[in-house]
Amino acid sequence: MSLLDLITIAIVVFVLFNGILTAVLGVIWAERKTLARLQQRVGPSRTGPSGILQTAADAIKLMLKEDVRPGSVNIVIFYLAPLLIFTPIFMLWMVLPFGPDWVLSDLDIGLFYIIAILGLSVVGHVLAGWASNNKYALLGSARNAAQLISYELPLVFAVLAVGLLAQTATDRPFSLAGIVEAQGSVPYLIIMPLGFILFLVGALAETARIPFDIPHAEEEIVGGAFVEYSGIRWGVFFLTEYAGLATMAFLATILFLGGWTGPFSEQVPILQPFYLLVKMAGIILVVFWIRAPLPRLRIDQLMAFAWKIAIPASLLNLLVVATVVWVQHQNGWELWVTSVTISVVSIVLAAATGIFIQRRREQRLRQYRQRWAQ
Amino acid sequence: MVTDSGLSANIVRDPVTEQAELSINMGPQHPATHGVFRMVLTLDGERVVDVYPHIGYLHRGSERLAEGENFQQITTLFDRLDYVANFNNEWVYVRAVEKAMGVDVPERADYIRLILSELNRIASHLLFYGTYGLDTGAMNPVMLGFRDRERIQQIFEGVTGARMMHNYFRIGGVKEDLPDGFVPAVRALLDQLKVGYEEARGTLTESEIFIERTAGIGAIPPEDLLDYGVTGPLLRAAGIDYDIRKADPYSIYEELDFRVPTGQTGDCYDRYMVRMLEIEQSISIVAQALDKLPDGPFLGRVPRILRPPEGDVYVHGENPRGDLGVYLVSSGGTVQPYRLKIRGPSFCNLMALPAMIRGSYLADATVILGSMDIVLGEVDR
Repeated sequence: MSLLDLITIAIVVFVLFNGILTAVLGVIWAERKTLARLQQRVGPSRTGPSGILQTAADAIKLMLKEDVRPGSVNIVIFYLAPLLIFTPIFMLWMVLPFGPDWVLSDLDIGLFYIIAILGLSVVGHVLAGWASNNKYALLGSARNAAQLISYELPLVFAVLAVGLLAQTATDRPFSLAGIVEAQGSVPYLIIMPLGFILFLVGALAETARIPFDIPHAEEEIVGGAFVEYSGIRWGVFFLTEYAGLATMAFLATILFLGGWTGPFSEQVPILQPFYLLVKMAGIILVVFWIRAPLPRLRIDQLMAFAWKIAIPASLLNLLVVATVVWVQHQNGWELWVTSVTISVVSIVLAAATGIFIQRRREQRLRQYRQRWAQ
Repeated sequence: MVTDSGLSANIVRDPVTEQAELSINMGPQHPATHGVFRMVLTLDGERVVDVYPHIGYLHRGSERLAEGENFQQITTLFDRLDYVANFNNEWVYVRAVEKAMGVDVPERADYIRLILSELNRIASHLLFYGTYGLDTGAMNPVMLGFRDRERIQQIFEGVTGARMMHNYFRIGGVKEDLPDGFVPAVRALLDQLKVGYEEARGTLTESEIFIERTAGIGAIPPEDLLDYGVTGPLLRAAGIDYDIRKADPYSIYEELDFRVPTGQTGDCYDRYMVRMLEIEQSISIVAQALDKLPDGPFLGRVPRILRPPEGDVYVHGENPRGDLGVYLVSSGGTVQPYRLKIRGPSFCNLMALPAMIRGSYLADATVILGSMDIVLGEVDR
């Protein structure tokens, strides 16, 4: 590797890193603005046009704040934990492609790389909670570990099903660029809606967003593992949360929404990153939208949902995809037959789950309405 | 280097079972304790084994202060007790002095007091709706609740000039007559409140997660509630039909048509529902009172200097939080009370808190505390 290559890589990493950080500021601003609109408020409006500089101002404030360290913390781990949470998220972006050629490193096992790195951030949370020597932080990190480990399973199973499915159309089923190519013009959202829903639920839990924000639970444990951090160290946690959200949205776009493909994306390559970012923004908006009205689950309900519904459903999803792909291999079906079969089964499964949940809800509401009709 | 000395010092280990318990301090600076309330929770994992509440951070000595104030001045102290239901507090106090003095209140003043108090009950319950949403983690209700509460506050501002500490009720009537345009403004307000009430159905009342979080939580047997002296929506949620407006009617409540909503189980969801249905009832009460609002004087003939005869009176009324009682002792011939004892509903309800929280999850502790809707200004006095 020549010096020139090294310099190029350094420049690209620098641009990517700062690009993500800037984008995260934008995401935070977008969340505040969206939430405000959903709640009959105006949101940030004073700093810059429509308050767009508000988060930048907040970040500057955080950097200038005193970095308070309680006397009883374990200093080394206390200072190490933010880095351990911060780094994995940015490591993920090494393999995330913005277009067929717009990628830092197109790993053949990109999918496994992502699954492996995703699991790392829990270490940082646990260390932060332990090193803070604060009981709220300890509870928060324990909750975080439990939640992340439980919801990693449906997430991983949904992602694996994507890999299996991509195998039918590409030689590189575990490379992210390969998965986008395999989707062609029909995104996996249509072929595997159940997988998409499971991925979204898992992503919400992984990023600890409402209704799964139990590790932070402002009203119970006052912010969880970060309670003793202040200044830019706290800011790093906060940034990482939103960087995680952006990463998850990016992944969902790549895995289920056809990545950078869109009208004329073949002819005009410059449109490709644009399409990708638009789809990603759509998913982020959905997450904000979910946040506004929903209350938070309790930890046991969260676990019950993971082990009783999400994990069996994701296993079922994986089983269906695997079976159909296997049958295709045996019988030499056309690609579209496989896609349609999986699509029909997945839609039926998703609809059945939806109807089941809806019916249960209706039944319960009827009971409550009757009771309170008096 | 200190590693875990602080933690291990607070972990109590059972010598026989080796089971460890964690004692955790919640409050007085905690986002979910609704003011400066503090409880020390003993946890076994996420389960609450025991809870020890600490109160008194907001103690101002209201009862003692009252002994040094003239009878007219004490109204301001009552404003500051339960500071989200000011009119309801003032009303009980002025009724106590009126009873001691044997003063008659003009009919119009009674109606004005009732309309404002019922509006204040709605405002208080809307605040509960918002903060209870926050306690369970939802953000929207607090914005919607505060929006409607703000509209009520604006009406209050128009009537009394103040948004919270009104000092508007006088012994024998009210301070001033209602401003022009009050009746149409309140009618318009009631329509808006009905819209907001329907919105609540979507945000919390029929929300799957909200029901999941609140149903079956914090219920204790109704007999225990009575033993603890719990009153108000907490008691009614358990199915006991005790509302002073019906049980010991005062003012003009007997002339109005309303019902007292009750629950069955007494869990947090029932408490929430009882308050929401009370909003509905209060809207109807205000509408009826507006229809009947008579003309006439707003302040009766009361001596300039109040000297109640020797003796004592006890008067109570239905506060948004329950039974607010005032025990007034006058030594006769003085312009200050000899003794003023307040029976606060938040304080008495709070006594049942440990029994309700014990055995639930840590996450439920804040939900149960929120469902009691305490106001620390009145607990600590």
